[in-house]
Amino acid sequence: MYTPIKCYQPYHGPFDPCPPRGTVCYQTPPNLYLGFQPPNLQQFPIQEALYKGTLWPVLYDPYPTPLEKGAKR
Amino acid sequence: MKQAADPAKERYALMEKIQMVDFALVELTLYLDTHPQDTQAIQQFNQLAVESRDLKSAYEQRFGPLRQYGASFSGYPWNWGDSPWPWQL
Amino acid sequence: MWYYEKKLQYPVKVTECNPRLAKYLIEQYGGADGELSAALRYLNQRYSIPDKVIGLLTDIGTEEFAHLEMIATMIYKLTKDATPEQMKAAGLGAHYANHDNALFYHNAAGSPWTATYIQAKGDPIADLYEDIAAEEKARATYQWIINMSDDPCLNDSLKFLREREVVHSQRFREAVEILKFEKDRKQFF
Repeated sequence: MYTPIKCYQPYHGPFDPCPPRGTVCYQTPPNLYLGFQPPNLQQFPIQEALYKGTLWPVLYDPYPTPLEKGAKR
Repeated sequence: MKQAADPAKERYALMEKIQMVDFALVELTLYLDTHPQDTQAIQQFNQLAVESRDLKSAYEQRFGPLRQYGASFSGYPWNWGDSPWPWQL
Repeated sequence: MWYYEKKLQYPVKVTECNPRLAKYLIEQYGGADGELSAALRYLNQRYSIPDKVIGLLTDIGTEEFAHLEMIATMIYKLTKDATPEQMKAAGLGAHYANHDNALFYHNAAGSPWTATYIQAKGDPIADLYEDIAAEEKARATYQWIINMSDDPCLNDSLKFLREREVVHSQRFREAVEILKFEKDRKQFF
C-alpha cells in the first residue's frame, strides 16, 4: 500500500555518544508507485495547481508529511 | 475591486494569474511529452495557451514586454530593460 | 534557441534578511544536484538519446533554468543589503572576501561547480536512470534545507521546487517505460 513516509528504529550502540534519535523516517513519494500515469486523472483547479506544485492530486506529496495524530517523527 | 487603484497590486495580481495558467501549461507539456496521444490533454493545452496569450498581452500593455526577440511588442522608448526584473519583484 | 520570459515560474518571497539561509541554498545553485547541474545534464543528453524522449529532456531541462532563477532570487533577496558583518556572522565571510554579495556557482561548502557533477554515458537507460537519481537527490536536498529553514515564505517556494522534482522523476520513469517497449505499442498497461 502507498504511504508517503516509512520509519524504522536504527540500532543504538552502547558507545554512541549522541542521544538516540529514536524513530528515523524517509520519504517514499508517489512517483515510486504510480507507474505510467493513466489518462484523465482528476486535476487540481488551475488556481490551486501552482501552489501545489503539480496539476494532479495523485502526484502531490506535501512535505513535511502530515503525520497521523500521536505519531512521532 | 479596490486593488485596481494600486498599479503595484494589480501587477502582482495579473502576474499571479499568468503564473497559474503557465504552470498548468508546463505540467501539460511534460505530461504530453510522454502521453502524445491524449486528445483531451491536448485540447486543454491549446485552450490554456490561448488564455495565457491573452493574459500576457493584457499584462504587457500595462507593464511592458515579457518576452524578447520579437515574441513581445515594444513600447516607446524601448522598455525591455525597465525594472523590476523577476528577482526584484 | 531559447526565449527569456521576464517572470518567475513561481512567486518567491522571503521574510527577512537572512544570509545564513542563503549559504545553504547555494547548494541548489551550484551544487552537484542543484538546478544548474540539472539543466545542463538534461539538455546535454538530448543529442544522444532516442528521438522519442528528446522533447521531454528539452522541456525539463528548460524548466530547470526557471528553477535556477528562483534559487538565485531567493539568495538575492536573503543577502541583498546584508552588511559585511552580517555576511561574516552567517558563515559567508570567505564568500564575501572573494565575491562581495555576488552569486557564484559553488555548493554550500564553497566548492565551485564542475562538469563532473553531470554524466552523459550515451546509453539511454543509464542516462535516464541518472536523471531519475538526480531528481530524487534534489528532492532530498530540498527536504534537508526545508528542515533547517524557519522562514515560512521561503519554505513555500522550496516546497514547490521539491514537488517539481517528484513530477520530473515521474516523467523520467515514464520515459524509461517508453524506451523499454517496442515502437507504436500501446503505452498503457
